Amino acid sequence: MSAETLTLGRAIGRALSDAMDADPAVVLMGEDIGRLGGVFRVTDGLQARFGADRVIDSPLAESAIVGTAVGMAYRGACPVVEIQFDGFVFPAVDQIVAQVARLHYRTHGRVRMPLTIRLPYGGGIGSVEHHGESPEAYFAHTPGLRVVTASSPQEAYSTLRAAIASDDPVVFLEPKARYWTKGDVDVAIVRDIESAQVLTRGRDVTLAAYGSVVQTALEAAAAAVDDGIEIEVIDLRSISPLDLDAVVASVERTGRLVVAHEAPGEASVSSELITSVVERAFASLEAAPERVTGYDTPYPPSALESHYLPGLDRILDAVDRTLGRRSSRTLLRHEPSERARDARPAVLEGSAR
Amino acid sequence: MSIAIPAPRSELIEGLDAPLGVLDPEGSRHPSPVLDDSLADVDESALTDLYVDMSVLRRVDEESFALARQGELALWPPLRGQEAAQIGALRGVRDDDFLFPTYREHPLALLRGADPAEVLSVWKGMALSGWDPFAHRLATTQIIIGAQTLHATGYAMAARRDGGDDIALAFFGDGATSEGDVSEAMVFASSFQAPVVFFCQNNQYAISEPVRVQSETALALRATGFGIPALRVDGNDVLAVLAAVRIAAERARAGGGATFVEAVTYRMGPHTTTDDPGRYRDEAEVAAWAAKDPIERLERHLERIGAPIARIREEARIRCDAIAAQVRAGAAHTTAPDTETMFDDVYVAPTRRLERQRAEHLAFVRSVEGLR
Repeated sequence: MSAETLTLGRAIGRALSDAMDADPAVVLMGEDIGRLGGVFRVTDGLQARFGADRVIDSPLAESAIVGTAVGMAYRGACPVVEIQFDGFVFPAVDQIVAQVARLHYRTHGRVRMPLTIRLPYGGGIGSVEHHGESPEAYFAHTPGLRVVTASSPQEAYSTLRAAIASDDPVVFLEPKARYWTKGDVDVAIVRDIESAQVLTRGRDVTLAAYGSVVQTALEAAAAAVDDGIEIEVIDLRSISPLDLDAVVASVERTGRLVVAHEAPGEASVSSELITSVVERAFASLEAAPERVTGYDTPYPPSALESHYLPGLDRILDAVDRTLGRRSSRTLLRHEPSERARDARPAVLEGSAR
Repeated sequence: MSIAIPAPRSELIEGLDAPLGVLDPEGSRHPSPVLDDSLADVDESALTDLYVDMSVLRRVDEESFALARQGELALWPPLRGQEAAQIGALRGVRDDDFLFPTYREHPLALLRGADPAEVLSVWKGMALSGWDPFAHRLATTQIIIGAQTLHATGYAMAARRDGGDDIALAFFGDGATSEGDVSEAMVFASSFQAPVVFFCQNNQYAISEPVRVQSETALALRATGFGIPALRVDGNDVLAVLAAVRIAAERARAGGGATFVEAVTYRMGPHTTTDDPGRYRDEAEVAAWAAKDPIERLERHLERIGAPIARIREEARIRCDAIAAQVRAGAAHTTAPDTETMFDDVYVAPTRRLERQRAEHLAFVRSVEGLR
């Protein structure tokens, strides 16, 4: 099967189209997804192809988009709903958390909610308030939901197909900053929705990320090679549940862990991942795990976003810290005090171990 | 059966000045141009069935209330006073229509064939919901007020898309009409002509807050703003409720979309067994509503039309005694589920994380038991 080159946004549209071809129960619903094709054009052409009964332009009411999808699922439909922007999901949180997530549990397995909630998320597109958020931790904290994301067009296609095929409800986070990233998509590639993937092998540091930050992590790994540092980049893919086995296995090889994501660090995915790795692989750790996250502020105005988001330099700094290594870039800017240098845990400066 | 609701917007609502009804509290039958066509087939036998159904519902409520007072149930939300509203709604739809109840319509599950032990298991704290929703076409009890109106609307949207002629009926109370979900459900139902009946039991109080706190106007009036016709009926008149729900259901089945039915009634008891209505209602008000009792009203009507009332009372008593015994036995025989079931059904496809927690928990339980 030859691969096709698609943007990540188009890959999602292709996944929706193929899922609708494969299963007549699949129904799409959301604001502006019909004639307009969605504000990001992800559903472009789908209403023309499948009709207004299967690609439903909904009124502007997020709780109702999710809540009526619950009723559709009761009657055997497989709804895929689009929440237009991450910041608009909050009116629907009651239905997602109190209804969608627990109807299977509440009914002792009799009712299934094979619902997929598509949610463009994250910053980096220079947008206004409520158009750049990282709400993943709210959903990851809720039993009964699966929370997944994608880092490339191939992952977006394969993961969304798996999410729609899942009988469990899935919050599918679309990294909107990567909607226009192109890549090869092989529609024959099938994924599960709970395995992380090791993208680059490396002996020195495990760097775990998801969504749009994966690309930054790969850039960090490429940059670190110049300093002789090998970073093992893990694309978590599934935010809930986390693939702890994959991360622990990697940390057992590298002894070091850096976690990077856009959301604020407090009570976040990195909080959970690092705690779990410390619980399960404490003896393998050669340095305290580090994390590079958004600050514990709301997403700032987009002019400041580049300082808020976990960029290449902050990730490389964290990698350096786990190696007990002064950052070459930091050295260029200012020399740390003697005291700060003495406080560093190990002397590995200037070389990879 | 004719669809009695006229189309013009100025006439979208019936019963606004005074709730529509056909049976007065003395049991006399009065004509109603809106409702009568939908009651043409209701003969003495049908009236008897409604009387027995209401009696059974009341007895289940009484037994469950007593079991809660005795500590056999953790909690019970009584429905006394609302039997006509609930039975009228239940019998106004087909058996294959799907109902989305709240906690106060929980006993309707029995009338849709669920086992008393299944129904009571929730209030004993043994299960989150008892019955199979698909077996009885009755969704699991909803405690978040208003959420189920969206589920019913979505169900109806899917029914319409599938070309089915079944409909959905959403139960909710006066308090729920203040929730955004109920308004959003009406927006969607109206936009997509969803075959759904919004059945509001206005029992006058949301826990302690009188309906006046929820709305300055009649609740049914809300629907007209969404382009949804509304019928406001005497909720203690089982025939009025039956007719209104039949009209709404047939209208939905015929492609006419949603209808809002407001049943004006009264919750005679507390909100739940932990509530004290003496703090927020006066006795005169309660007594005035007691005089409008829905079951006594139908009983008087049966007497007036010369039905064999002694035999009907006896039939009801036998049914009530039987169900009361089942309810008590169900409460007594419901046992706590295995601890391990706590980990079941969180996901259709269990996660490794949860399976590990299950194993750790079981190992812990065994280790503690080993110490005893």
